[in-house]
Order: sequence, then C-alpha cells, then structure tokens
Amino acid sequence: MLTNVDSAAFAVFLALFILVTGMGFVAARWRKPETLAHLDEWGLGGRKFGTWITWFLVGGDFYTAYTVIAVPALVYAVGAYGFFALPYTIIVYPFVFAVMPVLWKVAKERGYVTAGDVVRGAYGSRGLELAVAATGVLATMPYIALQLIGMEVAIKALGLSGEVPLVLAFLVLALYTYSSGLRAPALIAFVKDVMIYIVVIAAVAIVPSKLGGYGAIFTAADAAFSAKGSGGILLSPAQIVPYASLALGSALAAFMYPHTLTGIFASSGGNTIRKNAMLLPAYTLLLGLLALLGYMGHAAGLKLASNNDVVPELFKTLFPSWFAGFAFAAIAIGALVPAAVMSIGAANLFTRNFWKVWVDPKVTPAGEAKVAKITSMLVKVGALLAILLMPTQFALDLQLLGGLWILQTLPALVFGLYLNWFSSTALLIGWAVGLAGGSWLAWSDGLKPLHGIDFGAGKVAIYTGLLALVLNIVVAVAVNLLLKALPQARLSREAA
Amino acid sequence: MIRLLLLLPFIGLMIVPFYNIREPHLFGFPFFYWYQLAWVPLTSLLTYIVYRSVRRAD
Repeated sequence: MLTNVDSAAFAVFLALFILVTGMGFVAARWRKPETLAHLDEWGLGGRKFGTWITWFLVGGDFYTAYTVIAVPALVYAVGAYGFFALPYTIIVYPFVFAVMPVLWKVAKERGYVTAGDVVRGAYGSRGLELAVAATGVLATMPYIALQLIGMEVAIKALGLSGEVPLVLAFLVLALYTYSSGLRAPALIAFVKDVMIYIVVIAAVAIVPSKLGGYGAIFTAADAAFSAKGSGGILLSPAQIVPYASLALGSALAAFMYPHTLTGIFASSGGNTIRKNAMLLPAYTLLLGLLALLGYMGHAAGLKLASNNDVVPELFKTLFPSWFAGFAFAAIAIGALVPAAVMSIGAANLFTRNFWKVWVDPKVTPAGEAKVAKITSMLVKVGALLAILLMPTQFALDLQLLGGLWILQTLPALVFGLYLNWFSSTALLIGWAVGLAGGSWLAWSDGLKPLHGIDFGAGKVAIYTGLLALVLNIVVAVAVNLLLKALPQARLSREAA
Repeated sequence: MIRLLLLLPFIGLMIVPFYNIREPHLFGFPFFYWYQLAWVPLTSLLTYIVYRSVRRAD
C-alpha cells in the first residue's frame, strides 16, 4: 500500500486530513443549538448561516473536487469547448439572485426543508412531491460517486495504492456527517476553500513563469491540438450551439440539486443569498484560471495515462513535494464538503417527502433527524459501493443523466413561485415526458449530452437536458390548457 | 426596470460567435478567454447595482 510515497507530501496530506476530521466532529458544538435532534438543525444548521458561512459553504459544495480534476482534464483533452463551465458558472448567479430569495422566503415561512416540501406546499400534490424528491435523490447519488473519483485521483497521485485509503476517508466522513449534520461541511468548507484558493493562485501565478508566460501556454496548447488533429483553443463552428446550450442548461440545473438548495435554505435570509450571488463569482474566476491548467499541461509537455491526471501531474512536476501534498489534500478535502452536503440533501428529501409521507406520518422532529442521519449514511455507503464495484464510466454516465433529470424539476419548483396557473397534473405529466423523453434521447445517442436536430440547414447539436426541458414545459402548458378547457366544455354542453 | 441588468450576462455570454476569436490578445490571453473572464467581475458589478435598488425596496 505504501509504495512510491513521498514522505513530505504524505505528511502534509495526513496532517491536514486529521485536522479536518477533528473539525468535523467538533462542528456539532459550533454555534451550538438547543438540540441537534431536529431536521432544521441537523439538516439545515439552524437556517442561520450568514453571508460568509454561506459563501464558503455554497462555494465549497458547488465547485466540487471533481470539478478541480475534470474541468482542466476536459480542457486538456478538447480545448476551448471545455470552457463552457465558465459561462455556466457566471450566468447561474443572476438566476440565483432573482429566484432563490423567493424560494428561501417560502421555505422559511412554512418550515420547508426540501424542494419536495415546496412543491407539496404550492400544489398540495403528493405525486408531484414524490416525483421531485425521487428525482433529487437519484440525481445526487452519482454526483456523490463523482466526488469519490476526485478523491481517488488525489490519493493515487500521492502514491497510495489500493482501495483502503478511500474507504477509510469515506468512513470518517460518514461518521462526522452523522453526528454533526450540515455544521460539519460548513466548518470544513472554510479550510477546504482557503486551501483550494492557495493552490490555484499559486498555480496560475507560478506555473506560467516556469513555462514562458500565458502567451507561450496558449501557443503550446494550440500546437498540441493541431498536431493531434482535434480540439483547439477556439470553438469549431459545430461546437458553438453545444457550448452555449450546455452553459445555459447547466446553469438552470445547478440550483435544482438538493445540495445547492440545502445551502440556500440554510442561509439566514434573502439578502444573504443576494449578497452571495454577488460574491460567489469569485469562485468562478478561480475556476476559469483552474481550467487553464489543462493548457499548462500541454506547455509542460506532460505525458499522461489519463486526462484526469493532468492536475496532479502538473503539481508533481512543477512544485516541491510538500506543496504537491498540500494540493492533493486540498482536492481530497474538497471532495468531503460536497459529498457531505449532497448526502444531507438527499437524506432530507427521503425523510421529509418519502418517510414522513408514506411510512410514518406521525414521526416527531427527533425521529425525522434520526431517519435523515441513517439515510445520509446509507446514501454514502451506496455511492462508495458503486465506485468500488462498478466501472467508473457508469458513474459518469449516470451523472450526465442526473443533470438532465434534475433540470426537469425546474417547472414544478420555480413556476409556482410566480404563477398560480399550472395544475399539479400538468406539471407531473410534463416532468414525466421530459424525463423519459430526455433519457431516451440521451440513451439513443450513446449517452452523449448532445442531440442533433435538423433545422433545415444541416444538423445542429443541442444539450439534451435543455431539449427535454422545452418538451417538459410545452407538454405541461398543453395539458394545463386541455384540463382548463375540459370542464368548461362539459358545462357548455350541459347548458345547451 | 433596473432588474433587467441581470439579463446582460446571459446576452453577453450566449452570443458565442461574437467572442469566438483570437484577436485582440490581452496579457497573452486570446479574446475568447479574457472576454469571458471579464464577465465575472462585470456580472458581480451588475448584480451589486441591482442589489442596491432591491435592498432599498425591502
């Protein structure tokens, strides 16, 4: 297990990991509530997180460890196209600014904890509530698995082999999430985010000077793509619509996920969210610079076994080993925060919108917290088993579908905040058609996120999730019009 | 009406053919890259302007 391990890197990694583990358990006493045996406390940290805590928490669980590995890897592999993450994580914030304070207000006033609660409150439909909750849980599971992949890459880069380190790290995570709830990732997010900022700023400041400046980096990447015959530092004409539609679709989906919504619900008010919409783009700047590590990989002439190795290899090649250890710890700890919040978000959904509704309607607040704690444990074990037993590609494919699925909950969750026009039946049928139609399209395209549509002047590829959302909304509107027309038709027949 | 400022980032970033070009470079960055990166602080600024008016309305 301990072959090829650099002792300095390993010591730094281990020290930071132990620090964070300690913080995870201490978090139960941070901003101490009267009791943790209540879902508002365990699952939402008391809904009292102010601007800074929310900034660290949402930043920490939206920009995940997997992002740190995968975005530079995609940019390394295909070039400009991989940058869609940048417009995506910019336009998401005006959307957050406009919509999320309204959602928070409804949730606070009526004591809602999940998206499922909001939908039930708006439409009084158990069916729609279950649809939204089940979609949330299903979309989140592969997302947690993805964090494990990020952690695996960091642990492997450290020179550790085998699955024992990953299992241990995850077990620790499961235990402190169980005991501290959302307070644990909120507290750890401080450390994680500061570490990631240090790593990325060091990389974008120091690496270019070793590689001849940014001009040289772009030139080297350009040459590498020309030599390879695919990819490029600009988009090809065929990539333009995919680029824009992936950015837009991802931005609309981002805050429908249980983990991001948990961050929103846990904040202390509408203005906290608005201020965060203003301040969170700092992470986007970081992400944009991080993406450039993909090009730096070309400029440094790295020879990689897998695209995912570009970030770890860059640090190993260009930095002293202790700092590489720091960077790998940042990535591994970076996986803990989103994994914890995701499992809490999924557990909240299961408890509030399945257990309380279908199994034990008389469950006490303490009982709710208990069920959620156990569920968060099971969700994480499930993700761990999925990574250990199934091919990695399986998690990646499911994550892709998950994005498409979660986007289909947008009409049910958001439209009701502004309109009183849709019936739950119409939204439920729209959701089902969008989900099934989108999944079928993605499946028939070989699990690719893009679907080609012929507008007459040749095929244009568009993000499938966005197409499914359009289908979803069209069907919901049509069904709703039909439902509104039906009783009137009957009335007019009776009158005649 | 000031809320409409929030639409500008969508417009600025969805017109991909407009910024899918190399020149002019800035600090070694092709236009494609620095244009999109520039939208980050710009979006924050626009959000701030809207925030000030919303906060007063509360």
